[in-house]
Amino acid sequence: MTDFLNASLRQLSGALETKDISAVELASLFLDRIDRLNPELNAFITTNREATMEMARNADRRLASGSAGPLTGVPLAHKDIFCTRGWLTTAGSRMLSNFVSPYDAHVVEQLATAGMVTLGKLNMDEFAMGSSNETSYYGPVKNPWDVTRVPGGSSGGSAAAIAARLAPAATGTDTGGSIRQPAALCGLTGLKPTYGVVSRYGMVAFASSLDQAGPMAKSAEDCALLLDAMAGFDPRDSTSLERPKDDYIVGLDQPLTGLRIGLPQEFFGDGMDAGVREAVEAALAEYRRLGATTVDVRLPNSSLSVPAYYVIAPAEASSNLSRFDGVRYGHRAADYGDLNDMYCKSRAEGFGAEVQRRILIGTYVLSHGYYDAYYIQAQKIRRLIAADFAEAFKACDVIMGPTSPSVAFAFGAKSQDPIQMYLSDIYTISTNLAGLPGMSLPCGMATPDNDPSNQAMPVGLQIIGSWFGEAKMLNAAHQYQQVTDWHLRLPEGMK
Amino acid sequence: MTYQAHWEVVIGLETHAQLQTKSKIFSGSSTAFGAEPNAHASAIDIALPGVLPVLNREAVLCAIKLGLAVGGTVATRSIFARKNYFYPDLPKGYQISQFETPVVVGGGLTIRLPNGDEKFIQLTRAHLEEDAGKSLHEDFRGKTGIDLNRAGTPLLEIVTEPDMRSSEEAVAYARALHALVRWIGICDGNMQEGSFRCDANVSVRPLGQKEFGTRREIKNLNSFRFMQQAIDYEVQWQINEIEEGRAIRQATVLFNPDTGETRAMRSKEDAHDYRYFPDPDLLPLEISAAWIADVRAGLPELPQAMKARFEADYGLSPYDAGTLTASRDIATYFESTLALTGQLSAKVVSNWIMGELSARLNKEGLEIGAAPVSAQQLAGIVCRLADNTLSNKIARDVFDALWLGQGMDADAVIEARGWKQITDTGAIESLVDAVLAANQKSVEEYRAGKDKAFNALVGQAMKATKGTANPQQVTDLLRKKLGG
Repeated sequence: MTDFLNASLRQLSGALETKDISAVELASLFLDRIDRLNPELNAFITTNREATMEMARNADRRLASGSAGPLTGVPLAHKDIFCTRGWLTTAGSRMLSNFVSPYDAHVVEQLATAGMVTLGKLNMDEFAMGSSNETSYYGPVKNPWDVTRVPGGSSGGSAAAIAARLAPAATGTDTGGSIRQPAALCGLTGLKPTYGVVSRYGMVAFASSLDQAGPMAKSAEDCALLLDAMAGFDPRDSTSLERPKDDYIVGLDQPLTGLRIGLPQEFFGDGMDAGVREAVEAALAEYRRLGATTVDVRLPNSSLSVPAYYVIAPAEASSNLSRFDGVRYGHRAADYGDLNDMYCKSRAEGFGAEVQRRILIGTYVLSHGYYDAYYIQAQKIRRLIAADFAEAFKACDVIMGPTSPSVAFAFGAKSQDPIQMYLSDIYTISTNLAGLPGMSLPCGMATPDNDPSNQAMPVGLQIIGSWFGEAKMLNAAHQYQQVTDWHLRLPEGMK
Repeated sequence: MTYQAHWEVVIGLETHAQLQTKSKIFSGSSTAFGAEPNAHASAIDIALPGVLPVLNREAVLCAIKLGLAVGGTVATRSIFARKNYFYPDLPKGYQISQFETPVVVGGGLTIRLPNGDEKFIQLTRAHLEEDAGKSLHEDFRGKTGIDLNRAGTPLLEIVTEPDMRSSEEAVAYARALHALVRWIGICDGNMQEGSFRCDANVSVRPLGQKEFGTRREIKNLNSFRFMQQAIDYEVQWQINEIEEGRAIRQATVLFNPDTGETRAMRSKEDAHDYRYFPDPDLLPLEISAAWIADVRAGLPELPQAMKARFEADYGLSPYDAGTLTASRDIATYFESTLALTGQLSAKVVSNWIMGELSARLNKEGLEIGAAPVSAQQLAGIVCRLADNTLSNKIARDVFDALWLGQGMDADAVIEARGWKQITDTGAIESLVDAVLAANQKSVEEYRAGKDKAFNALVGQAMKATKGTANPQQVTDLLRKKLGG
């Protein structure tokens, strides 16, 4: 009898095919577990058993009729940033706390077409702005490894749900690290594709030039299967790339002999926890044993990535979030005087502090007289950062380093200090600025530097690929996962 | 209107031409006018979370046509930018427009002034953008309704240099542009429905001063008459202000057609900071040289070129050629008529179109496209004039009959009413003899030196034939019989 909660997507698919379990039974198994564990973890904002069961029954019909694909009947959950027809789609904000989407995001549509069964909508930092899931209007998500600690963010609900086996897989979005950092902090595998590989249509926009959807799951192989269903040209997104689709699965088993791994010295400097460094170094040693070679590369402008990001992302966000004005949908203040008062009160009530902070920053950097000094400069830095990567990839096939400078931190540890919080993404942000693909996979356990008595928490290894290097990254991650078991570990309390 | 002699007026116009595309500039919704409120408002138009814009290729095609028609440069790369401001009928909280790099740069239009002179008005640029929706303040008792049918309708904003020096020039430019956008088929020009609307930047300066005065912008002029009235009022107002020692402050003003006055709606101090930046949802608009060449090859002959051809080939005066090329419909009507009558009748056809036809159209408020007398029918009349079947007077009667739908063509009307001109020499001779015999009194008076009596005799001959006798032949023969 298969351990369905801990099974890989391929195992689930096989079990569905051989009728070891039906899609309805599988969905029920997870929904029951969600009912039991979610009150503590707060990973889900919305579940809808009836809607889920309807999808599961449809999947069973497809399985019975022989028209099923490799993901038909496999359950997953969506980050609540993806518009989902008939479902509340909140983006973790009071502003959208009453918004039931009348349409499906491209990603939702793709995965539904593949026959996947939606278990629910996952908690997240408000409008994906945060690295700890503490900015959600629906309250923080807890890290299943240690419920006093954050799961990371902004896709914290996605990470916690998978880590606690409330879902076998989930969608996430990554604007500055929002898939990779929570994957690292919760011991999962997550992938942010090259900008333009997955359509942004129907994804509530945070920073349009940086946002990219991607899969989160236990293993690289699961991510490859999911990415295969998510990726592809969508004419509804002008930044979606029209190019032949890559095969993410066929190359997974290739040996790593001759793989050149670039190690940027900028990713191995001060500011990283000792335990993180140790785990990453151990993973690199494993890669050498697998036949890869490591080479030093330089990303000289990477120290500028956080400041450049915190100009560009808020600038775009300030404009993207202007549509939330209380006029057509979303939160509108109960009492107001004139139009301006309605705008001010609705937005003041609807947006949390971090969102307001970023709208203010963005409005400031775009305003007359500051635009050249901030926005234009940041765009120039962005180009330099991309050029650094292009140069580095002349000497290597993938780049590796830590995903996050520390393991999961305690609630409240950084929430009063935005700069400290922003630095959680110091290793992930530059890939978004360059439009590169990146992923995080579990590579060890470590105690926090500032609290050695705490239990050990997962550490993430980051792999950065060259543009459209998803298949290469997935191959590298999968081979590592064939010889290690970090990705199979389960939090103590969740067994 | 003439202004005080020592003031010079400076006017620049910004025109919003709604492009004739089936769907909106960034969504698939219909652009049809007059639907139920919000019937043409899709998820994209109402700016639901997560929706994205996709540029309509047809709108770009319209911009290329305009760029080529005005002799401007069609940019091979232009950028869409977001213009950020809050307003309930602006669903995204920003308008997608073009700011630093527009799709068309430069070019210009030759306008004809009332005194017959021509003047070249330079264009600064033309850029693509989306329209906003409408706020409906009536019908909702203390509330405002929002209709987003118009939101996302494609507009081309066409901006001139401050080249115009009077309201007449401004109107002449607006008319020429209005004709051109319809000529090349990118805008229906319907000003009542707001498909073609102008903002006028107006300033005055003492004659001879190099620097421009401070300008005020009159928004949303949706008729040529209002444009003229608004500018005239504004100019006089500005001159009065300055002469009374008050400085002009930059402002946006609205024209009230009921009072004939302009009034400031907001001053520069509370002007918006639109925080323009490139729209990250849209890639730079790249237009290939091949596409531009294709569009150029498909463009119709443009009014200026056609006017020159009319003058050269048909010997028309610049005034006539200009009037006949004032719109593509008029030009088509003229050329269709000419195709049937032959080039030699160009002047006659031109006179008919500018005379009888225009007068009737004006009187009944019709466009030439809806004229009850078709080009074929007019050609029939002109042919019967040319071969002397019709006199000018009877020709007008035939025209009237055709206008009223009383007959298929000129020949049918002539036949049915017996209006064929009598040109048979024998018949005219008997007629003249009969008239002379019956009007001895007039004959005597004429011989006694009263010239008027001759006219009476001609009149009698025409009356006797209900105007169908060839008047020239009657006259000639009468003179001959009366001994010159």
